[in-house]
Amino acid sequence: MNYVFQFNVVWDHFPELLTGALLTIRLSASAMALGLCLAVLCAYGKSAGPQPVRWLVSGYIELIRNTPFLVQIFIFYFSLPVIGLRLTANTAALLAMTVNLGAYASEIVRAGIEAIPHGQVEAARALGLKRLQIFRKIIIFPAVQTVYPALASQFILLMLSSSVVSTISAVELTAITNSLQSTTFRSFEFYFVATGLYLAMALAFRAGLSSIYWAVFRRGRPASR
Amino acid sequence: MGRPFGSGEFLYLLKAIPWTLLLSLGALVGGGIVGLVIAILRTAPSAPLRWLATGYIELFQGTPVLMQLFVTYYGIAVLFDIQVGAWPAVLTAFTLYSGAFLGEIWRGSIQAIPRAQWEAAACLSLSFPKQLWLVILPQAARISIPPTVGFAVQLIKTTSIAAIIGFVELTRAGQLMTNTTFKPMIVYPIVAALYFILCWPLSLLAQRLESRIDTSLGIKQHF
Repeated sequence: MNYVFQFNVVWDHFPELLTGALLTIRLSASAMALGLCLAVLCAYGKSAGPQPVRWLVSGYIELIRNTPFLVQIFIFYFSLPVIGLRLTANTAALLAMTVNLGAYASEIVRAGIEAIPHGQVEAARALGLKRLQIFRKIIIFPAVQTVYPALASQFILLMLSSSVVSTISAVELTAITNSLQSTTFRSFEFYFVATGLYLAMALAFRAGLSSIYWAVFRRGRPASR
Repeated sequence: MGRPFGSGEFLYLLKAIPWTLLLSLGALVGGGIVGLVIAILRTAPSAPLRWLATGYIELFQGTPVLMQLFVTYYGIAVLFDIQVGAWPAVLTAFTLYSGAFLGEIWRGSIQAIPRAQWEAAACLSLSFPKQLWLVILPQAARISIPPTVGFAVQLIKTTSIAAIIGFVELTRAGQLMTNTTFKPMIVYPIVAALYFILCWPLSLLAQRLESRIDTSLGIKQHF
């Protein structure tokens, strides 16, 4: 091996990498919030909606879960303009990420809903609560709490797969790395450091998500038993 | 305004499917070998070995596949001083990637086997490798089939990322056809449909196998 590593080039451009990482974080965090809302809606539709809604939601979930994220991005960014929907790269990226996460997360949330003991729903019905009230006040909170670890892993997978949106010129971390390595010819060094940044972001997201868990589900309650 | 999208273009997409499947299969076999080693190390009695395997899994599950692809691609060139083609580079990267995921899936299967099975095997004075090979792994293999099939679906979808470094499989073929026909509204939905045809039967199979194991062994836990 007679290759000389030159990481100092990477450090010179480190602020630019951080700008890219910031967009990755912003995109991922927005997609997590929007995707979770979409997932809860779909989970409600699939477990309590009328039959056509159930079919629609199932179709959406199966379609998204059985096609690659990369192709979904291409459809949002390259195909939609043909029918008059022209999106900027960042909007298309956010939309694709939200739609993708919504499908995976709604199956997770639904598993949580199914784990709620039926007696609770019956008790709520006996108290005269309406269907939507039961979902809002009785079911959804403990359901999300039960499946929170699975949701958190799915969120982190989404953040990692966001590197793929670099293909539609959304200038997040991977895109910035691509352009920097092509002008400096230090490909290995740049990708190595970018990979390290992703690892750090994954760990940071995991820590952030578990502190959200504590803040939302555990505050003012006795420790788990 | 480009060529029309006809049967020739469609045929080009179809001809790219074997590359997607070959890449997935190669990564599944290679990743299976890596994954078995990782799964065994993760459940090994020695702590440093467990840390090693955990570190491997954390590294590959905590970074994007695309980055792993780039680092492998340029890393091979830099470390071994040879310029490799796209095929060996993507195969190596996807093997390492699926090794981490399969390792984690199979660790779960190994740990789902009741402790008493290990103890019973130890009582028969079997050595650790024999306990693993003769008693634990055959039972673990059975429960690991549904999630492994599920991972195969994930792998087929993930191989689309090889398109980004120019490896011609289904997604890359779609990009090329879009560039010649200028009809993304036709090409990409067809590409998506082809992936769906590949993945959906496997997804259904995984679900069916899972429900069967659920009833016959009662191993799957409800939380």
